[in-house]
Amino acid sequence: MSNLNVTEYPAIHVPGESILYLDGVSVSFDGFKAIDNLSLYIKKNELRCIIGPNGAGKTTMMDIITGKTRPDAGRVIFGDMTDLTSMSEAEIANMGIGRKFQKPTVFENHTVYDNLKLALKGRRRVFENLFFKLSCEDDDRIRDVLKTIALQNHECLEAGKLSHGQKQWLEIGMLLVQDPKLLLVDEPVAGMTRQETELTAELLTWLAEKHSVVVVEHDMEFVRSLATRVTVLHQGSVLAEGSIESVQENPRVVEVYLGEGQYLT
Amino acid sequence: MMKYKPFIFRLLETDQGGRYFMSILLALIVLVLVCNLVVPESSSFHIPTYAVTLIGKYLTYALLAISLDLVWGYLGILSLGHGAFFGLGGYAMGMYLMRQIGDRGVYGHPVLPDFMVFLDYEVLPWFWYGFDHFWFAVLMVLLVPGMLAFVFGWLAFRSRVTGVYLSIITQALTYALMLAFFQNNLGFGGNNGLTDFKDILGFDLRSDKTRVALFVCSALALLLGYLACRFIVLSRLGSLIMAIRDSEGRVRALGYRDEYYKLFVFVVAAMLAGIAGALYVPQVGIINPGEFSPINSIEMVIWVAMGGRGTLYGAALGAVAVNFAKTYFTAVAPEVWLFILGGLFVGVTLFLPRGIVGAVQNIRGMYRNSSEAGISQEAARK
Ligand SMILES: Nc1ncnc2c1ncn2[C@@H]1O[C@H](COP(=O)(O)OP(=O)(O)OP(=O)(O)O)[C@@H](O)[C@H]1O
Ligand SMILES: [Mg+2]
Repeated sequence: MSNLNVTEYPAIHVPGESILYLDGVSVSFDGFKAIDNLSLYIKKNELRCIIGPNGAGKTTMMDIITGKTRPDAGRVIFGDMTDLTSMSEAEIANMGIGRKFQKPTVFENHTVYDNLKLALKGRRRVFENLFFKLSCEDDDRIRDVLKTIALQNHECLEAGKLSHGQKQWLEIGMLLVQDPKLLLVDEPVAGMTRQETELTAELLTWLAEKHSVVVVEHDMEFVRSLATRVTVLHQGSVLAEGSIESVQENPRVVEVYLGEGQYLT
Repeated sequence: MMKYKPFIFRLLETDQGGRYFMSILLALIVLVLVCNLVVPESSSFHIPTYAVTLIGKYLTYALLAISLDLVWGYLGILSLGHGAFFGLGGYAMGMYLMRQIGDRGVYGHPVLPDFMVFLDYEVLPWFWYGFDHFWFAVLMVLLVPGMLAFVFGWLAFRSRVTGVYLSIITQALTYALMLAFFQNNLGFGGNNGLTDFKDILGFDLRSDKTRVALFVCSALALLLGYLACRFIVLSRLGSLIMAIRDSEGRVRALGYRDEYYKLFVFVVAAMLAGIAGALYVPQVGIINPGEFSPINSIEMVIWVAMGGRGTLYGAALGAVAVNFAKTYFTAVAPEVWLFILGGLFVGVTLFLPRGIVGAVQNIRGMYRNSSEAGISQEAARK
């Protein structure tokens, strides 16, 4: 695995400590290698940032973890043993993996409250949902989360009428009530004001106390504020890994970003 | 603590249109019964029995439209083959009615229906067994469309067929059934279908009382069907199927098996359509492969679009309105009916994207806004 040479700490799978372990994963679309022998290792209760220029394969990586895209090669190990590559999207989600999509994806015709109600942990079978009754605890849980995502005054509003930033929060809120073990958060602060961005950073840091969180983001100030380990993806594999300062100084990283006409600031 | 409300009120609590619909339906039952049975024939308020049967037929169409709306308006699957389930329900009932004829057929055979004698059948085909029992026929009215929907849905939804492709294969499904039922050797009467029914549960189908009873059954089936659909739509499952309609990927990422939800709704809708077909056949007195014709299924879509999809009662309204127009125009000017239907469809899609119901809501919304504006102006003056 040559791509590991450039990382400061090689991705070594330590059983018992790992929540997610990507092992030599590749996928290509019509001959184009979007993910190329990617290996990555996330520890329990780790907050990890993934950065990389446009088209680096960050979203595709999440698609593979969640079962939306099937890899051509490699394994995706969740927890200690479970290989996700043969499981369906719903099964993977029920293993405890939640995802926020890059384009905020909420149920636009449902109220904010109903969005959270549908995301509530457990009860995924057809017939239990035909006779589902919201318990008092469920309602409390939803209201808690509504406060956390600052939408407590909009619970009856159709989600489609929310601002872009509010939709992002609602989607994060759906992750909260879903209560997964691992959260995959794709560009959470796109379209947010500075202040909203700061709040989101706080929220994710708080979340990482009890969950493992993988955040993809382009906003460097936001990444810096998370003060956590950063992985740089480029052309579908890991280019560098380490603290934000160390990767920013890495000449290969600088070169790649400049090559793409982008700045790493 | 919430105040206890009867179940039926809870279903209609947030459904003003549905309350109107239920009230109109109940009023219609009473009105028809009184005007047919009590008002003397000489009076101009008398409703003749043929008209009662005609209304009964519209009501079965309304039930059919509601079931289609569940699939199209709520689940987001544009089925262009919903007539398949209606037709199968109709055939199941038709087979019972055929067996009820007994030895009173033209050929007087003790067991075989006329068309089988004519086609030189020796014995009753195995799939006709049991249809001499009413309960068995009723079971089949539900099971046959339900099973077909289950198998079809299982294959289609699991392999993630969606959108236009799904619409096309639903259309192919009903087309295939039509071709199959046209075959004489399939054992369902070929292109003549099943007809010349005599009685149902021992009651003469030509008697006025039986016909009025069939009308009442159709109205009650529509009423119960509506409430059943309301129950589904109001449940968390209902909320989920609308979520699937709007954002399937999100639903999956939350850990729901969307294909099972689709399957559930598709099967329920097929069964409701089967019931509608079963009530339709004794009232019109015939079922033939024409019921499977793709154009029928497309017409159903027009009813729902016309009334306003995603409201249930809108679908019922659309079905009755379009079929009333159809009865009228096919009597006055049969050759222009298809043009009118096409025109209606184009007109509705262009000018009433949410159907009649949507248009009424818009008008009411405008009226309310202007009156609210009036009130606030008054308040400002004070
Ligand atoms: N389903 C697909 N079919 C074909 N190509 C795809 C598909 N999904 C992704 N790609 C390609 O794979 C590459 C990686 O895309 P991906 O969305 O993962 O990038 P990204 O790192 O998330 O970029 P961005 O920062 O712009 O979101 C891109 O070149 C994209 O065009
Ligand atoms: Mg992306």
